[in-house]
Amino acid sequence: MDEYPLLVAERIGKHFGGLRALQGVSLSLGEKTITGLIGPNGAGKTTFFNVLTGIYKPDEGTVHFAGAPLPSGKPHRVAERGIARTFQNIRLFSQMTVLENVMVGRHLRTRAGLLGALFKTAGTLREEQAIRDRAFQLLEFVGIAAHATRVAATLSYGDQRRLEIARALATDPRLLALDEPAAGMNAMERKRLGGLLEQIRNMGTAVLLIEHDVRWVMGLCDRITVLDHGERIAEGTPREVQTDLRVIEAYLGTSRSVTA
Amino acid sequence: MATFFQQLVNGLTLGSIYALVALGYTMVYGIMELINFAHGDMVMVGALVTLSLTHVLAGLGVPLALALPLSLLGAMAVCMALGWLIERVAYRPLRRAPRLAPLITAIGLSMVIEQVAALLWGRGYLTFSLPVSRVWNLGGVVVTPIQTGVLGLSLLLMWGLLWLVRKTSLGRAMRATAQNPEVARLMGVDTDQVISMTFVLGSALAAVAGLMVVAYYGIGNYTMGFMLGLKAFTAAVLGGIGSLAGAMWGGLLLGVVEALGAGYIGDVTGGLFGSNYKDVFAFLVLIGVLIFHPQGLLGGRAGEKV
Amino acid sequence: MKGVSCRWLVLGGAALILLPFALELLLGNGWVRIVDFALLYVLLALGLNIVVGYAGLLDLGYVAFFAVGAYVYALLNSPQWGLHWPIWIALPAGALLAACFGVLLGAPTLKLRGDYLAIVTLGFGEIIRIFLNNLDSPINITNGPQGIELIDSLHFGSLSLGQMHHVLGLRIPAVVNVYYLFLVVVVLGMVFSHRLERSRIGRAWAAIREDEVAAASMGLNTRNLKLLAFAMGASFGGLSGGLFAGFQGFVSPESFTLQESVMILCMVVLGGMGHIAGVVLGAMLLAILPEALRAAGDWEQMVFGRIWVDPSNLRLLLFGMALVLMMLRRPGGLWPSNARRNELQGQ
Ligand SMILES: Nc1ncnc2c1ncn2[C@@H]1O[C@H](COP(=O)(O)OP(=O)(O)OP(=O)(O)O)[C@@H](O)[C@H]1O
Ligand SMILES: [Mg+2]
Repeated sequence: MDEYPLLVAERIGKHFGGLRALQGVSLSLGEKTITGLIGPNGAGKTTFFNVLTGIYKPDEGTVHFAGAPLPSGKPHRVAERGIARTFQNIRLFSQMTVLENVMVGRHLRTRAGLLGALFKTAGTLREEQAIRDRAFQLLEFVGIAAHATRVAATLSYGDQRRLEIARALATDPRLLALDEPAAGMNAMERKRLGGLLEQIRNMGTAVLLIEHDVRWVMGLCDRITVLDHGERIAEGTPREVQTDLRVIEAYLGTSRSVTA
Repeated sequence: MATFFQQLVNGLTLGSIYALVALGYTMVYGIMELINFAHGDMVMVGALVTLSLTHVLAGLGVPLALALPLSLLGAMAVCMALGWLIERVAYRPLRRAPRLAPLITAIGLSMVIEQVAALLWGRGYLTFSLPVSRVWNLGGVVVTPIQTGVLGLSLLLMWGLLWLVRKTSLGRAMRATAQNPEVARLMGVDTDQVISMTFVLGSALAAVAGLMVVAYYGIGNYTMGFMLGLKAFTAAVLGGIGSLAGAMWGGLLLGVVEALGAGYIGDVTGGLFGSNYKDVFAFLVLIGVLIFHPQGLLGGRAGEKV
Repeated sequence: MKGVSCRWLVLGGAALILLPFALELLLGNGWVRIVDFALLYVLLALGLNIVVGYAGLLDLGYVAFFAVGAYVYALLNSPQWGLHWPIWIALPAGALLAACFGVLLGAPTLKLRGDYLAIVTLGFGEIIRIFLNNLDSPINITNGPQGIELIDSLHFGSLSLGQMHHVLGLRIPAVVNVYYLFLVVVVLGMVFSHRLERSRIGRAWAAIREDEVAAASMGLNTRNLKLLAFAMGASFGGLSGGLFAGFQGFVSPESFTLQESVMILCMVVLGGMGHIAGVVLGAMLLAILPEALRAAGDWEQMVFGRIWVDPSNLRLLLFGMALVLMMLRRPGGLWPSNARRNELQGQ
C-alpha cells in the first residue's frame, strides 16, 4: 500500500509581505503512517498546515491528495476530501458542549436539511440519533466521554486537545493533521496520546503531526520532515533525521550562536 | 462641458469633507479593527455646537471673523472630549469581547448622541448662513469662497495629519500599535493612550468637517451625521480601510462620483432615474468595492493569523 | 411530555386565547390593536434572531425584508394594480421574494468580515427605502411617498378578518380575529425557530458563530450556511410584512426606516440573542413600552403643564442607553439562553 502516497505536496511557497514563510517545501506521506513535521519556532510548520488545509492559498506549488489535486483556499472542500486538522492555539466551539463540538464534525457526512429540521421527519430524527451515537463513541475513544455535557471551554487543557482530535475524527478523515497536540501535556499524558495516535493509524487514518518534543516524535513517527526558515532541511526515518548535520545545526543553532 | 466642471468642483468640495470624516473611521479601524458607528454623529455634534456658539458670540457683538474660529475651537474641544469619553466608557471594556458587542454598543451610542442632540437643539432644521455673497465665475463654472475654504482647509488638515503620523513620536506609536498591539506594548508603547489619542484626533477632524457641512449646505439637524457617516465610511473602504492616504483619495473620488452621478444620471438613463437616487451611488460603490476589491485602492492587510 | 409542563401549556394556551377579551374589557380595543402589532414585532424579532442570534451575522437593514413582504402583499391586494389575490399566495410570495433579496444581498457580501456586512445591510435597507420612495415614475409601481392605500384586509376566501363576526353570540371584532391569526403564526414561528436551533443546521450556525475558521475546517460550507440563515431570517421578515400590510390597510416608505431596523435589533439584543423566550420577551416589552411612555408624556403634561421630553425621543434615548449598558453589563440580554448563561458564569 505504501506504493502510492496519500498526500503529495510539491514545492509549496508562501510569503507574507517580505517574509518567506515557506520556500519550495515538498512533503509526501503514505496511508497507515504517522509522519512528523518538526523544526524550530517560526520555521513555517503551522503555515504549511494552513496551506494544506486551504486556510491560506499558496503562492507556488501544488498539493495532491488521494490521487487528485486538492482545491486551494477552500477549507471546507479540503475537509470533504478527507483531511481534518487541529489547531496550535486550540479553536474549539468554546460555548457549545463537548458532545455538540463533535456533532458539528459529523455535519460533513450527514444530510438532513431545512425541511427535515422544520417538520422533524423520521429520517432526520434517525440521522440525528446516529450523529449523537457516533459523536459519543468518539468521545469514548479519546477518553473524555464523562465530560460530554460540559461546556467545552471548561475542560482542562489536555482534554481540550483530545476534544479537538475527536472533533476532527468525526469528519471521517483519511489524514489527520495535528498541530502540536501534545503541547502542555506531561509525560504520562504524552504516552497515552502516543498510544491513541498509533491506534488511529492502525485503523487506517494517516497522521501528520507537528511537535517540538523531538524525543517523543522520534519514538512515534514512521517518517519525519524537518523545516527551518521556511525550507525543508531533512526528510527520512527518525534514525536518518537524528544524525543529519543540518538538523543538529538548526536545533542547536551552532552557526547562529557563533555569530551572536 | 460646463456642467461637467461644475459638478467636478462640487464633487471635490463634498469629497474633501468625506475625506476628513473618513480619516476618523480609518484611523480607529487601523488601530483596533473597530467600525466606530458613532463617528458620523460626532460630525453632527461638531456642526451644531459650532452653529450655536457662532450665534451666541454674534449676539454678543463679536465679529464673525473672530466668532467663527472661536466657535470651531469650542466645537473641537467638545468633540474631542466626547470622543475620549466614548472610547473610555463604551469601547475599552469590550476589547476582548466577541466582535458583535462593540458594534452593538456603537449603534446604541449613536442613538444616544442623536437623541440628546434632539433634546438640546430640537428636531427642526437649524439655519446657518455666512455673509459671503461673492462668487467667482470661471468660464461658466461657479466657485464660491466657501468651497475654496472647505477645500483649502481640508487639504491643510490632511497634510497636518500625515505629518503627525509620519514624523512625530505619537505617530510612530500609532503605527506600531496598528501593526501589532502586543509587541508595541512590550516595546513600551502605552497602547491605551494611543487609542485614546486616535479617538480624540478623529473627533477633532469630525468637528471641522461639521463646520464645513453647515457652512456649505447652510443647515444642520440632529440626524445629519447618519448619511454623512455612512458615505465617509464608504470612502474609507473605497480607499482601503486602515490607510490614511486611502481615506483621502477615497473621499475625493466618492464625492466626485456622486456629484457626476447626480448630474448625469437623468441623461444616461433617459430620464428613467432622477437625481433623487444620488444617495444610492455611495452604496453601489461600497458594495461594488467590497465584492470586487475588498482591500480598496490603497489598502492591503494580511488575513487573519491562524 | 412531562405532566407539569403539559399543565402549564394548557393554562398558558387558555390565557392567550382569553387575553384579547380581557384587554378589550379592561383597557379597550386600542390595546388589542397594540398587542396585534406587538405580535408582528415578535415575528420580526424571531426572524432577525436567526440571523444575529443563531448565525452571529449583524444585519442592520432587516426592515428592508419587512418592506418587501408588505409591498408584495399590497400590490397583490389593492386597487394599485387592481389585483386581489388570496393570502395563501400573497403571503408566501412576499416571504419568498424577501428570501430572494436576502440571498441576493448575502451572496456577494457574506464572505466579508462581520462588520462590513453590518454596513452593507444598513446601506441595503436605505436603498430599498429610496426605491420605494421614488418608484412612482416613470412607471408607477410603489406610488412613491404616498404609499399604497385601500389594501384588502386579511381574508380566507370570503371570510374577512377585517370585519366583526358573531360566534355563539360572542362579538369578535376585527382586531381580535387578527390577533388569533397572528398568534398562530407567531407560535409556528417559535416552533420552527426552536427546531432549527436544535437541528444539524442550527448546530452548524452556532459553530460558525463561535469560530468560523474552525467551522470551515470541519467541512462546513460557511457561505452557504450563512446564506441559508439570511434567507430564513428574511422570509420571517417578509411574512411579517405581508401580515402588516393586510392588517394596517396601507403601506408607505415611512414605516420602513433605519430606526425600525435598530428597534428590532434592540428587541433581539435586549431580550437575549439566540434565546427564543428572551427574544419574545424583548419584542413584547419594546413594542408595548412606547405606549407606556406615551402615557408618561400625558402625565408630564398634567404635572408640569408642558412636555419637557418628547416621548418618542425618550424612547430612542432609553433604547440606545439600554443597548450600551446591556453590552457592558449583561451581554446575554434580559433572559439569556443556557449557553449564554454559562458563558457569563464561566468568566
Ligand atoms: N498570517 C500571517 N501573517 C504574517 N506573518 C505570518 C502569518 N502566519 C505566519 N506568519 C509568519 O510566518 C513565519 C512562520 O510561522 P509559523 O506559524 O508557520 O511557524 P511555526 O513553525 O508553526 O512556529 P511555532 O513552532 O512557533 O508554532 C513566522 O515568522 C510567522 O510570524
Ligand atoms: Mg506553529
